[in-house]
Amino acid sequence: MIRVTDLTKDYGPRRALHSLSFEARQGEIIGFLGPNGAGKTTTMRILTGYMPPTSGEAIVAGYNVMEESIEVRKRVGYLPETVPLYNEMVVQDFLKFMAELRHIPNPEESVADALNMVGMTERAKGYIGNLSKGMRQRIGLAQALIHRPEVLILDEPSIGLDPGQVVELRKIIREIGRERTVLLSTHILSEAQQICDRVIIINKGKIVVEDTPENLQARLVGGERVVLRVRGDAAELSAKIEQVKGVQRLKSNPDGSLEFEYLPGHDVRPEVAKIITNGGYEMLEMKTLSLSLEDIFLELTKEQVVTPKKKRRL
Amino acid sequence: MKNIWTIAKREYDNYFASPLAYVIAAGLLFLLGGIFLIILQGSIQQAIFGGGTPVDIGFINQWFYYLLLWTVPALTMRLISDENRTGTLELLLTAPVRDFELVIGKWLGSFLYILSVIGVSFIFAIVANYLAEPGIDQVKMMSSYLGLILIAGALLALGTGISALFNNQIAAFFVTLALFIVLWLLIGIPASFFPSNPAIGDVFRYLQIGNHYESTFNAGVLYLSDVIYFLSLIAIGLFTGVTAVDSRRWR
Ligand SMILES: Nc1ncnc2c1ncn2[C@@H]1O[C@H](COP(=O)(O)OP(=O)(O)OP(=O)(O)O)[C@@H](O)[C@H]1O
Ligand SMILES: [Mg+2]
Repeated sequence: MIRVTDLTKDYGPRRALHSLSFEARQGEIIGFLGPNGAGKTTTMRILTGYMPPTSGEAIVAGYNVMEESIEVRKRVGYLPETVPLYNEMVVQDFLKFMAELRHIPNPEESVADALNMVGMTERAKGYIGNLSKGMRQRIGLAQALIHRPEVLILDEPSIGLDPGQVVELRKIIREIGRERTVLLSTHILSEAQQICDRVIIINKGKIVVEDTPENLQARLVGGERVVLRVRGDAAELSAKIEQVKGVQRLKSNPDGSLEFEYLPGHDVRPEVAKIITNGGYEMLEMKTLSLSLEDIFLELTKEQVVTPKKKRRL
Repeated sequence: MKNIWTIAKREYDNYFASPLAYVIAAGLLFLLGGIFLIILQGSIQQAIFGGGTPVDIGFINQWFYYLLLWTVPALTMRLISDENRTGTLELLLTAPVRDFELVIGKWLGSFLYILSVIGVSFIFAIVANYLAEPGIDQVKMMSSYLGLILIAGALLALGTGISALFNNQIAAFFVTLALFIVLWLLIGIPASFFPSNPAIGDVFRYLQIGNHYESTFNAGVLYLSDVIYFLSLIAIGLFTGVTAVDSRRWR
Protein backbone atom coordinates (compact mmCIF):
# COMPACT_ATOMS: atom_id res chain seq x y z
CA MET A 1 0.00 0.00 0.00
CA ILE A 2 1.30 3.42 -0.89
CA ARG A 3 -0.41 6.70 -0.08
CA VAL A 4 1.19 9.96 -1.10
CA THR A 5 -0.28 13.30 -0.09
CA ASP A 6 0.96 16.66 -1.32
CA LEU A 7 4.50 15.44 -1.77
CA THR A 8 6.86 18.26 -2.65
CA LYS A 9 10.60 18.08 -3.18
CA ASP A 10 13.02 20.92 -3.80
CA TYR A 11 16.59 20.42 -4.92
CA GLY A 12 18.02 23.72 -3.86
CA PRO A 13 16.03 26.35 -5.72
CA ARG A 14 14.62 23.85 -8.22
CA ARG A 15 11.30 22.25 -7.41
CA ALA A 16 11.28 18.66 -8.67
CA LEU A 17 7.90 17.60 -7.26
CA HIS A 18 4.89 19.88 -6.97
CA SER A 19 2.46 18.60 -4.38
CA LEU A 20 2.08 15.09 -5.74
CA SER A 21 -0.82 12.95 -4.46
CA PHE A 22 -1.71 9.41 -5.43
CA GLU A 23 -2.52 6.06 -3.97
CA ALA A 24 -1.66 2.45 -4.74
CA ARG A 25 -3.63 -0.29 -3.09
CA GLN A 26 -2.50 -3.75 -2.21
CA GLY A 27 -2.57 -6.05 -5.21
CA GLU A 28 -2.17 -3.18 -7.62
CA ILE A 29 0.52 -2.56 -10.21
CA ILE A 30 1.03 1.11 -10.86
CA GLY A 31 2.95 2.40 -13.83
CA PHE A 32 4.78 5.68 -13.53
CA LEU A 33 5.19 7.38 -16.86
CA GLY A 34 6.75 10.67 -17.73
CA PRO A 35 9.45 12.30 -19.79
CA ASN A 36 13.04 12.67 -18.57
CA GLY A 37 13.26 14.81 -15.49
CA ALA A 38 9.56 14.43 -14.68
CA GLY A 39 10.32 13.40 -11.10
CA LYS A 40 9.80 9.63 -11.21
CA THR A 41 13.11 8.73 -9.61
CA THR A 42 12.74 11.52 -7.08
CA THR A 43 9.34 10.19 -5.98
CA MET A 44 10.67 6.66 -5.70
CA ARG A 45 13.66 7.78 -3.68
CA ILE A 46 11.35 9.45 -1.21
CA LEU A 47 9.11 6.41 -0.98
CA THR A 48 12.06 4.11 -0.27
CA GLY A 49 13.42 6.31 2.51
CA TYR A 50 16.53 7.34 0.58
CA MET A 51 15.76 11.00 1.05
CA PRO A 52 13.08 13.01 2.78
CA PRO A 53 10.53 15.16 0.97
CA THR A 54 10.57 18.92 1.45
CA SER A 55 6.96 18.73 2.53
CA GLY A 56 4.00 16.42 2.28
CA GLU A 57 3.41 12.95 3.53
CA ALA A 58 4.02 9.46 2.21
CA ILE A 59 2.71 6.27 3.80
CA VAL A 60 4.24 3.05 2.51
CA ALA A 61 3.15 -0.38 3.77
CA GLY A 62 1.31 1.36 6.59
CA TYR A 63 4.24 3.42 7.87
CA ASN A 64 5.26 7.03 7.43
CA VAL A 65 8.45 7.29 5.38
CA MET A 66 9.69 10.19 7.48
CA GLU A 67 8.88 9.02 10.98
CA GLU A 68 9.15 5.26 10.65
CA SER A 69 11.67 5.02 7.88
CA ILE A 70 13.19 1.72 9.09
CA GLU A 71 9.79 0.02 9.21
CA VAL A 72 9.11 1.20 5.67
CA ARG A 73 12.50 0.04 4.44
CA LYS A 74 11.98 -3.42 5.96
CA ARG A 75 8.89 -3.86 3.80
CA VAL A 76 10.02 -2.33 0.55
CA GLY A 77 12.09 -3.87 -2.22
CA TYR A 78 13.78 -1.29 -4.43
CA LEU A 79 15.59 -1.44 -7.73
CA PRO A 80 17.34 1.93 -8.18
CA GLU A 81 17.52 3.35 -11.66
CA THR A 82 21.33 3.15 -11.87
CA VAL A 83 21.39 -0.47 -10.58
CA PRO A 84 24.23 0.11 -8.14
CA LEU A 85 26.06 -3.14 -7.30
CA TYR A 86 29.41 -4.04 -5.75
CA ASN A 87 31.47 -5.00 -8.78
CA GLU A 88 34.21 -6.67 -6.75
CA MET A 89 31.77 -9.07 -5.08
CA VAL A 90 30.67 -12.54 -6.11
CA VAL A 91 26.98 -12.59 -7.09
CA GLN A 92 25.81 -14.95 -4.38
CA ASP A 93 27.88 -13.26 -1.68
CA PHE A 94 26.31 -9.94 -2.60
CA LEU A 95 22.80 -11.33 -2.42
CA LYS A 96 23.59 -13.03 0.87
CA PHE A 97 24.85 -9.69 2.20
CA MET A 98 21.61 -7.98 1.20
CA ALA A 99 19.59 -10.86 2.68
CA GLU A 100 21.48 -10.58 5.97
CA LEU A 101 20.85 -6.84 6.13
CA ARG A 102 17.18 -7.72 5.92
CA HIS A 103 17.46 -10.35 8.64
CA ILE A 104 16.08 -13.16 6.52
CA PRO A 105 16.11 -16.37 8.56
CA ASN A 106 17.47 -18.55 5.73
CA PRO A 107 19.73 -16.33 3.65
CA GLU A 108 21.24 -19.12 1.54
CA GLU A 109 17.84 -20.43 0.57
CA SER A 110 16.49 -16.99 -0.27
CA VAL A 111 19.54 -16.27 -2.40
CA ALA A 112 19.01 -19.47 -4.37
CA ASP A 113 15.31 -18.67 -4.82
CA ALA A 114 15.95 -15.11 -5.93
CA LEU A 115 18.64 -16.22 -8.39
CA ASN A 116 16.30 -18.81 -9.76
CA MET A 117 13.51 -16.29 -10.15
CA VAL A 118 15.64 -14.01 -12.33
CA GLY A 119 17.29 -16.92 -14.17
CA MET A 120 20.81 -16.19 -12.93
CA THR A 121 21.59 -19.40 -11.02
CA GLU A 122 24.35 -20.21 -13.48
CA ARG A 123 26.29 -17.04 -12.64
CA ALA A 124 25.94 -17.32 -8.86
CA LYS A 125 29.66 -17.85 -8.37
CA GLY A 126 30.84 -15.23 -10.84
CA TYR A 127 31.92 -11.69 -10.09
CA ILE A 128 29.33 -8.96 -10.51
CA GLY A 129 31.88 -6.86 -12.40
CA ASN A 130 31.92 -9.44 -15.19
CA LEU A 131 28.18 -9.41 -15.81
CA SER A 132 26.51 -7.84 -18.82
CA LYS A 133 24.16 -4.88 -18.39
CA GLY A 134 21.01 -6.98 -18.58
CA MET A 135 22.44 -9.48 -16.12
CA ARG A 136 23.25 -6.69 -13.68
CA GLN A 137 19.67 -5.54 -14.02
CA ARG A 138 18.52 -9.03 -13.09
CA ILE A 139 20.78 -9.16 -10.04
CA GLY A 140 19.41 -5.76 -9.02
CA LEU A 141 15.94 -7.21 -9.33
CA ALA A 142 16.90 -10.33 -7.35
CA GLN A 143 18.18 -8.06 -4.59
CA ALA A 144 14.85 -6.19 -4.55
CA LEU A 145 12.84 -9.41 -4.39
CA ILE A 146 14.95 -11.35 -1.93
CA HIS A 147 12.85 -10.59 1.14
CA ARG A 148 9.49 -10.93 -0.66
CA PRO A 149 8.59 -7.32 0.08
CA GLU A 150 5.11 -6.01 0.62
CA VAL A 151 5.83 -3.11 -1.69
CA LEU A 152 8.07 -3.36 -4.72
CA ILE A 153 9.45 -0.20 -6.26
CA LEU A 154 11.24 -0.60 -9.57
CA ASP A 155 12.85 2.31 -11.38
CA GLU A 156 12.90 1.44 -15.08
CA PRO A 157 13.22 -2.31 -14.51
CA SER A 158 13.14 -3.45 -18.12
CA ILE A 159 15.98 -1.25 -19.41
CA GLY A 160 18.67 -3.39 -20.99
CA LEU A 161 16.82 -6.68 -20.80
CA ASP A 162 16.51 -8.92 -23.84
CA PRO A 163 12.97 -9.64 -25.08
CA GLY A 164 12.86 -13.05 -23.40
CA GLN A 165 13.83 -11.51 -20.09
CA VAL A 166 11.32 -8.70 -20.49
CA VAL A 167 8.60 -11.34 -20.76
CA GLU A 168 10.01 -13.06 -17.66
CA LEU A 169 10.16 -9.78 -15.79
CA ARG A 170 6.54 -9.02 -16.59
CA LYS A 171 5.58 -12.47 -15.37
CA ILE A 172 7.41 -11.89 -12.09
CA ILE A 173 5.87 -8.45 -11.64
CA ARG A 174 2.37 -9.72 -12.35
CA GLU A 175 2.89 -12.60 -9.95
CA ILE A 176 4.05 -10.28 -7.19
CA GLY A 177 1.44 -7.70 -8.04
CA ARG A 178 -1.33 -10.14 -7.29
CA GLU A 179 -1.01 -9.77 -3.53
CA ARG A 180 1.46 -6.94 -3.12
CA THR A 181 1.88 -3.44 -4.36
CA VAL A 182 4.15 -2.69 -7.27
CA LEU A 183 5.19 0.77 -8.44
CA LEU A 184 7.31 0.79 -11.56
CA SER A 185 8.51 3.53 -13.82
CA THR A 186 9.02 3.08 -17.50
CA HIS A 187 9.34 4.90 -20.76
CA ILE A 188 7.89 1.98 -22.65
CA LEU A 189 4.23 2.75 -22.98
CA SER A 190 3.18 -0.62 -24.30
CA GLU A 191 4.72 -2.13 -21.21
CA ALA A 192 2.66 0.07 -18.92
CA GLN A 193 -0.38 -0.78 -21.00
CA GLN A 194 0.27 -4.49 -20.71
CA ILE A 195 1.09 -4.99 -17.07
CA CYS A 196 -0.19 -2.04 -15.08
CA ASP A 197 -3.57 -1.81 -13.45
CA ARG A 198 -3.23 1.91 -13.36
CA VAL A 199 -1.01 4.43 -15.08
CA ILE A 200 0.11 7.70 -13.59
CA ILE A 201 1.57 10.14 -16.08
CA ILE A 202 3.66 12.86 -14.53
CA ASN A 203 5.36 15.80 -16.12
CA LYS A 204 7.56 18.41 -14.49
CA GLY A 205 6.75 17.13 -11.04
CA LYS A 206 2.98 17.21 -11.46
CA ILE A 207 0.50 14.43 -12.11
CA VAL A 208 -1.00 15.01 -15.52
CA VAL A 209 -3.40 12.13 -15.55
CA GLU A 210 -4.08 8.98 -13.61
CA ASP A 211 -6.30 6.14 -14.85
CA THR A 212 -6.42 2.58 -16.11
CA PRO A 213 -4.74 2.12 -19.46
CA GLU A 214 -8.11 1.26 -21.05
CA ASN A 215 -9.87 4.31 -19.66
CA LEU A 216 -7.01 6.54 -20.60
CA GLN A 217 -7.27 5.41 -24.14
CA ALA A 218 -11.04 5.70 -24.24
CA ARG A 219 -11.12 9.03 -22.49
CA LEU A 220 -8.45 10.74 -24.43
CA VAL A 221 -8.93 9.44 -27.89
CA GLY A 222 -10.40 12.36 -29.69
CA GLY A 223 -11.45 10.23 -32.64
CA GLU A 224 -10.15 7.95 -35.28
CA ARG A 225 -7.18 8.62 -37.42
CA VAL A 226 -7.12 7.76 -41.10
CA VAL A 227 -4.07 7.26 -43.24
CA LEU A 228 -4.66 7.51 -46.94
CA ARG A 229 -2.39 6.73 -49.82
CA VAL A 230 -3.32 7.53 -53.44
CA ARG A 231 -1.65 7.76 -56.79
CA GLY A 232 -2.09 11.23 -58.26
CA ASP A 233 -1.76 14.82 -57.17
CA ALA A 234 -1.84 14.57 -53.43
CA ALA A 235 -1.79 18.33 -52.88
CA GLU A 236 -4.88 18.83 -54.98
CA LEU A 237 -6.66 15.97 -53.24
CA SER A 238 -5.65 17.33 -49.88
CA ALA A 239 -7.33 20.62 -50.71
CA LYS A 240 -10.54 18.80 -51.64
CA ILE A 241 -10.59 16.63 -48.55
CA GLU A 242 -10.11 19.65 -46.38
CA GLN A 243 -13.51 20.88 -47.55
CA VAL A 244 -15.25 17.82 -46.11
CA LYS A 245 -17.07 18.59 -42.90
CA GLY A 246 -15.70 16.70 -39.92
CA VAL A 247 -12.15 16.30 -41.15
CA GLN A 248 -9.59 17.47 -38.63
CA ARG A 249 -5.85 17.86 -38.49
CA LEU A 250 -5.24 17.04 -42.08
CA LYS A 251 -1.60 16.76 -42.99
CA SER A 252 0.51 15.22 -45.71
CA ASN A 253 3.28 12.91 -44.63
CA PRO A 254 6.71 12.98 -46.20
CA ASP A 255 6.06 9.54 -47.76
CA GLY A 256 3.24 11.07 -49.82
CA SER A 257 0.37 9.72 -47.76
CA LEU A 258 -2.30 11.92 -46.22
CA GLU A 259 -3.43 11.71 -42.65
CA PHE A 260 -6.44 13.13 -40.88
CA GLU A 261 -8.70 12.56 -37.90
CA TYR A 262 -12.44 12.63 -37.51
CA LEU A 263 -14.68 12.67 -34.48
CA PRO A 264 -16.51 9.51 -33.50
CA GLY A 265 -20.04 9.51 -34.96
CA HIS A 266 -19.00 11.65 -37.91
CA ASP A 267 -17.59 9.04 -40.19
CA VAL A 268 -16.22 10.94 -43.14
CA ARG A 269 -14.71 7.95 -44.89
CA PRO A 270 -17.52 7.34 -47.46
CA GLU A 271 -17.42 10.95 -48.55
CA VAL A 272 -13.63 10.96 -48.81
CA ALA A 273 -13.80 7.77 -50.85
CA LYS A 274 -16.27 9.41 -53.20
CA ILE A 275 -13.97 12.38 -53.74
CA ILE A 276 -11.15 10.02 -54.55
CA THR A 277 -13.06 7.99 -57.12
CA ASN A 278 -14.78 11.02 -58.67
CA GLY A 279 -11.49 12.85 -58.94
CA GLY A 280 -9.96 9.94 -60.82
CA TYR A 281 -7.34 9.13 -58.21
CA GLU A 282 -6.25 5.57 -57.70
CA MET A 283 -6.59 4.58 -54.06
CA LEU A 284 -3.72 2.48 -52.81
CA GLU A 285 -4.51 2.34 -49.14
CA MET A 286 -6.95 3.67 -46.57
CA LYS A 287 -6.53 2.53 -43.01
CA THR A 288 -7.92 3.63 -39.68
CA LEU A 289 -5.79 3.82 -36.54
CA SER A 290 -6.79 4.36 -32.95
CA LEU A 291 -4.64 6.78 -31.04
CA SER A 292 -2.12 4.82 -28.99
CA LEU A 293 -1.06 5.51 -25.44
CA GLU A 294 2.02 6.89 -27.08
CA ASP A 295 0.04 9.64 -28.77
CA ILE A 296 -1.78 10.39 -25.57
CA PHE A 297 1.50 10.61 -23.73
CA LEU A 298 3.01 12.96 -26.28
CA GLU A 299 -0.13 15.05 -26.29
CA LEU A 300 -0.19 15.37 -22.50
CA THR A 301 3.45 16.06 -21.96
CA LYS A 302 3.92 18.33 -24.92
CA GLU A 303 6.08 21.31 -24.15
CA GLN A 304 3.98 24.40 -23.92
CA VAL A 305 5.16 26.58 -26.73
CA VAL A 306 5.99 29.90 -25.23
CA THR A 307 6.36 32.72 -27.66
CA PRO A 308 9.27 34.76 -26.46
CA LYS A 309 8.57 38.36 -25.70
CA LYS A 310 10.09 40.77 -28.11
CA LYS A 311 13.26 42.20 -26.80
CA ARG A 312 13.15 45.89 -26.42
CA ARG A 313 16.18 47.93 -27.23
CA LEU A 314 16.98 50.64 -24.80
CA MET B 1 23.45 -4.36 16.01
CA LYS B 2 23.48 -7.36 13.70
CA ASN B 3 23.68 -4.93 10.80
CA ILE B 4 26.94 -3.51 12.13
CA TRP B 5 28.43 -6.97 12.05
CA THR B 6 27.04 -7.73 8.56
CA ILE B 7 28.56 -4.54 7.17
CA ALA B 8 31.85 -5.01 9.03
CA LYS B 9 32.20 -8.55 7.72
CA ARG B 10 31.63 -7.47 4.12
CA GLU B 11 34.16 -4.67 4.52
CA TYR B 12 36.72 -7.00 6.08
CA ASP B 13 36.35 -9.53 3.25
CA ASN B 14 36.49 -6.68 0.78
CA TYR B 15 40.00 -5.74 1.97
CA PHE B 16 41.20 -9.18 0.98
CA ALA B 17 39.65 -8.72 -2.46
CA SER B 18 41.77 -5.65 -3.17
CA PRO B 19 45.49 -5.65 -3.89
CA LEU B 20 45.96 -2.33 -2.09
CA ALA B 21 45.19 -3.86 1.30
CA TYR B 22 47.59 -6.74 0.65
CA VAL B 23 50.30 -4.33 -0.40
CA ILE B 24 49.78 -2.26 2.75
CA ALA B 25 49.78 -5.29 5.05
CA ALA B 26 52.83 -6.78 3.35
CA GLY B 27 54.64 -3.43 3.36
CA LEU B 28 53.93 -2.80 7.04
CA LEU B 29 55.04 -6.24 8.13
CA PHE B 30 58.11 -6.18 5.88
CA LEU B 31 59.32 -2.83 7.24
CA LEU B 32 58.60 -3.78 10.84
CA GLY B 33 60.29 -7.12 10.29
CA GLY B 34 63.39 -5.33 8.99
CA ILE B 35 63.50 -3.04 12.03
CA PHE B 36 62.98 -6.03 14.28
CA LEU B 37 65.90 -7.89 12.72
CA ILE B 38 68.20 -4.88 13.09
CA ILE B 39 67.49 -4.41 16.79
CA LEU B 40 67.53 -8.16 17.32
CA GLN B 41 71.01 -8.23 15.86
CA GLY B 42 72.01 -5.43 18.25
CA SER B 43 70.70 -7.35 21.23
CA ILE B 44 72.46 -10.53 20.17
CA GLN B 45 75.78 -8.70 19.77
CA GLN B 46 75.38 -7.17 23.22
CA ALA B 47 74.62 -10.63 24.60
CA ILE B 48 77.78 -12.05 23.01
CA PHE B 49 79.84 -9.51 24.93
CA GLY B 50 77.89 -10.38 28.04
CA GLY B 51 74.84 -8.65 29.52
CA GLY B 52 72.75 -6.49 27.15
CA THR B 53 69.01 -5.91 27.07
CA PRO B 54 66.27 -7.92 25.39
CA VAL B 55 64.52 -6.48 22.34
CA ASP B 56 62.13 -3.68 23.25
CA ILE B 57 58.79 -4.33 21.53
CA GLY B 58 57.88 -0.74 22.30
CA PHE B 59 60.47 0.35 19.77
CA ILE B 60 58.81 -1.72 17.03
CA ASN B 61 55.36 -0.49 17.97
CA GLN B 62 56.61 3.09 17.91
CA TRP B 63 57.45 2.52 14.27
CA PHE B 64 54.16 0.75 13.74
CA TYR B 65 52.42 3.89 15.00
CA TYR B 66 54.38 6.12 12.59
CA LEU B 67 53.55 3.80 9.71
CA LEU B 68 49.85 3.80 10.63
CA LEU B 69 49.78 7.57 10.17
CA TRP B 70 50.70 7.08 6.52
CA THR B 71 48.78 3.91 5.71
CA VAL B 72 45.45 4.39 7.47
CA PRO B 73 44.37 7.14 5.02
CA ALA B 74 44.76 4.62 2.20
CA LEU B 75 42.75 2.03 4.10
CA THR B 76 39.85 4.33 4.91
CA MET B 77 39.74 6.61 1.84
CA ARG B 78 37.23 4.55 -0.13
CA LEU B 79 35.14 3.20 2.76
CA ILE B 80 32.17 5.50 2.26
CA SER B 81 33.31 7.84 -0.53
CA ASP B 82 33.27 4.98 -3.02
CA GLU B 83 29.74 3.96 -2.03
CA ASN B 84 28.80 7.52 -2.83
CA ARG B 85 30.55 7.50 -6.16
CA THR B 86 29.21 4.17 -7.39
CA GLY B 87 25.74 4.73 -5.97
CA THR B 88 25.74 1.61 -3.80
CA LEU B 89 25.01 3.91 -0.88
CA GLU B 90 21.48 4.02 -2.27
CA LEU B 91 21.19 0.28 -1.63
CA LEU B 92 22.40 0.61 1.95
CA LEU B 93 20.35 3.69 2.76
CA THR B 94 17.16 2.08 1.49
CA ALA B 95 17.82 -1.16 3.36
CA PRO B 96 16.69 -1.27 6.99
CA VAL B 97 20.06 -0.06 8.23
CA ARG B 98 20.49 2.96 10.46
CA ASP B 99 23.09 5.50 9.48
CA PHE B 100 25.14 4.86 12.63
CA GLU B 101 25.10 1.11 11.98
CA LEU B 102 26.46 1.74 8.51
CA VAL B 103 29.27 4.01 9.70
CA ILE B 104 30.24 1.89 12.71
CA GLY B 105 30.13 -1.24 10.54
CA LYS B 106 32.48 0.35 8.02
CA TRP B 107 34.86 1.44 10.76
CA LEU B 108 34.72 -1.94 12.49
CA GLY B 109 35.55 -3.72 9.22
CA SER B 110 38.70 -1.63 8.79
CA PHE B 111 39.53 -2.02 12.48
CA LEU B 112 39.32 -5.79 12.24
CA TYR B 113 41.62 -5.64 9.25
CA ILE B 114 44.26 -3.65 11.16
CA LEU B 115 43.81 -5.93 14.16
CA SER B 116 44.70 -8.85 11.88
CA VAL B 117 47.89 -7.09 10.82
CA ILE B 118 48.71 -6.22 14.44
CA GLY B 119 48.01 -9.87 15.27
CA VAL B 120 50.57 -11.02 12.73
CA SER B 121 53.10 -8.51 14.07
CA PHE B 122 52.69 -10.17 17.46
CA ILE B 123 55.13 -12.77 16.12
CA PHE B 124 57.89 -10.24 16.86
CA ALA B 125 56.91 -10.19 20.53
CA ILE B 126 56.78 -13.97 20.70
CA VAL B 127 60.20 -14.34 19.07
CA ALA B 128 61.70 -11.64 21.32
CA ASN B 129 60.24 -13.33 24.37
CA TYR B 130 61.60 -16.70 23.28
CA LEU B 131 65.12 -15.41 22.70
CA ALA B 132 65.44 -13.46 25.95
CA GLU B 133 66.04 -15.05 29.33
CA PRO B 134 63.85 -14.80 31.43
CA GLY B 135 61.60 -13.31 28.72
CA ILE B 136 60.59 -9.73 27.95
CA ASP B 137 58.60 -7.41 30.21
CA GLN B 138 55.11 -8.69 29.45
CA VAL B 139 53.14 -5.95 31.17
CA LYS B 140 54.99 -3.33 29.19
CA MET B 141 54.46 -5.33 26.01
CA MET B 142 50.71 -5.66 26.56
CA SER B 143 50.36 -1.97 27.37
CA SER B 144 52.28 -1.08 24.23
CA TYR B 145 49.94 -3.19 22.10
CA LEU B 146 46.86 -1.86 23.84
CA GLY B 147 47.95 1.69 23.04
CA LEU B 148 48.70 0.74 19.46
CA ILE B 149 45.22 -0.77 19.07
CA LEU B 150 43.64 2.40 20.46
CA ILE B 151 45.67 4.55 18.07
CA ALA B 152 44.61 2.38 15.14
CA GLY B 153 40.96 2.58 16.21
CA ALA B 154 41.14 6.37 16.53
CA LEU B 155 42.90 6.95 13.21
CA LEU B 156 40.52 4.60 11.39
CA ALA B 157 37.48 6.33 12.89
CA LEU B 158 38.76 9.75 11.76
CA GLY B 159 39.48 8.32 8.29
CA THR B 160 36.02 6.76 8.09
CA GLY B 161 34.40 10.06 9.04
CA ILE B 162 36.37 11.98 6.43
CA SER B 163 35.59 9.36 3.79
CA ALA B 164 31.89 10.04 4.33
CA LEU B 165 32.44 13.71 3.46
CA PHE B 166 33.67 13.01 -0.08
CA ASN B 167 32.64 11.32 -3.31
CA ASN B 168 36.25 11.05 -4.33
CA GLN B 169 38.63 8.73 -2.55
CA ILE B 170 41.76 10.68 -3.48
CA ALA B 171 40.32 13.77 -1.82
CA ALA B 172 39.45 11.70 1.25
CA PHE B 173 43.01 10.32 1.31
CA PHE B 174 44.74 13.69 1.31
CA VAL B 175 42.42 15.31 3.81
CA THR B 176 42.84 12.36 6.17
CA LEU B 177 46.60 12.40 5.78
CA ALA B 178 46.70 16.16 6.37
CA LEU B 179 44.69 15.77 9.56
CA PHE B 180 47.02 13.03 10.79
CA ILE B 181 50.10 15.14 10.14
CA VAL B 182 48.51 17.95 12.12
CA LEU B 183 47.65 15.67 15.03
CA TRP B 184 51.04 14.00 14.93
CA LEU B 185 53.34 16.97 14.52
CA LEU B 186 51.93 20.40 13.74
CA ILE B 187 49.52 20.73 16.65
CA GLY B 188 52.48 20.54 19.03
CA ILE B 189 54.15 23.63 17.56
CA PRO B 190 51.82 26.33 18.97
CA ALA B 191 52.58 25.00 22.47
CA SER B 192 55.98 26.65 22.31
CA PHE B 193 54.39 30.04 21.48
CA PHE B 194 52.98 30.31 24.97
CA PRO B 195 55.95 29.87 27.28
CA SER B 196 54.40 32.25 29.83
CA ASN B 197 51.05 30.53 29.81
CA PRO B 198 51.63 26.81 30.26
CA ALA B 199 47.87 26.08 30.39
CA ILE B 200 47.39 26.99 26.72
CA GLY B 201 50.45 25.00 25.76
CA ASP B 202 49.01 22.05 27.65
CA VAL B 203 45.87 22.14 25.55
CA PHE B 204 47.88 21.83 22.34
CA ARG B 205 50.11 19.19 23.84
CA TYR B 206 47.04 17.24 24.92
CA LEU B 207 45.81 17.18 21.33
CA GLN B 208 49.02 15.66 20.00
CA ILE B 209 48.71 11.92 19.44
CA GLY B 210 52.26 10.97 20.39
CA ASN B 211 51.93 12.47 23.88
CA HIS B 212 49.35 9.82 24.64
CA TYR B 213 51.46 6.92 23.53
CA GLU B 214 55.20 7.36 23.33
CA SER B 215 56.04 7.85 27.00
CA THR B 216 52.86 6.40 28.51
CA PHE B 217 51.29 3.31 26.94
CA ASN B 218 54.50 2.42 25.19
CA ALA B 219 56.48 2.70 28.43
CA GLY B 220 54.04 0.50 30.31
CA VAL B 221 52.25 3.38 32.06
CA LEU B 222 48.49 3.64 31.72
CA TYR B 223 46.64 6.90 32.27
CA LEU B 224 42.88 7.20 32.06
CA SER B 225 43.28 10.55 30.26
CA ASP B 226 45.09 8.77 27.40
CA VAL B 227 42.33 6.22 27.05
CA ILE B 228 39.76 9.03 27.05
CA TYR B 229 41.75 10.86 24.39
CA PHE B 230 41.63 7.94 21.98
CA LEU B 231 38.00 7.08 22.73
CA SER B 232 37.13 10.75 22.07
CA LEU B 233 38.85 10.64 18.68
CA ILE B 234 36.89 7.48 17.83
CA ALA B 235 33.65 9.19 18.87
CA ILE B 236 34.46 12.34 16.87
CA GLY B 237 35.34 10.34 13.75
CA LEU B 238 32.22 8.19 13.87
CA PHE B 239 30.00 11.15 14.68
CA THR B 240 31.39 13.02 11.67
CA GLY B 241 30.64 9.98 9.51
CA VAL B 242 27.08 9.59 10.73
CA THR B 243 26.39 13.31 10.33
CA ALA B 244 27.82 13.32 6.82
CA VAL B 245 25.79 10.30 5.72
CA ASP B 246 22.65 11.73 7.27
CA SER B 247 23.14 15.14 5.67
CA ARG B 248 23.41 13.52 2.24
CA ARG B 249 19.79 12.57 2.47
CA TRP B 250 18.82 16.19 3.04
CA ARG B 251 20.56 17.60 0.02
N1 LIG C 1 20.35 14.89 -6.70
C1 LIG C 1 19.78 15.88 -7.40
N2 LIG C 1 20.18 17.16 -7.24
C2 LIG C 1 19.61 18.16 -7.92
N3 LIG C 1 18.61 18.00 -8.80
C3 LIG C 1 18.15 16.76 -9.01
C4 LIG C 1 18.72 15.63 -8.33
N4 LIG C 1 18.06 14.52 -8.74
C5 LIG C 1 17.14 14.94 -9.63
N5 LIG C 1 17.19 16.28 -9.79
C6 LIG C 1 16.29 17.07 -10.67
O1 LIG C 1 14.96 16.75 -10.37
C7 LIG C 1 14.17 16.63 -11.54
C8 LIG C 1 13.51 15.27 -11.58
O2 LIG C 1 14.49 14.29 -11.73
P1 LIG C 1 14.18 12.72 -11.68
O3 LIG C 1 15.48 12.03 -11.66
O4 LIG C 1 13.25 12.45 -10.58
O5 LIG C 1 13.46 12.50 -13.08
P2 LIG C 1 12.94 11.16 -13.76
O6 LIG C 1 11.48 11.31 -13.97
O7 LIG C 1 13.40 9.98 -12.99
O8 LIG C 1 13.66 11.22 -15.18
P3 LIG C 1 14.27 10.06 -16.09
O9 LIG C 1 13.17 9.56 -16.94
O10 LIG C 1 15.29 10.76 -16.90
O11 LIG C 1 14.86 9.02 -15.19
C9 LIG C 1 15.12 16.91 -12.70
O12 LIG C 1 14.94 18.24 -13.08
C10 LIG C 1 16.48 16.70 -12.12
O13 LIG C 1 17.42 17.55 -12.72
MG1 LIG D 1 14.55 8.45 -13.35
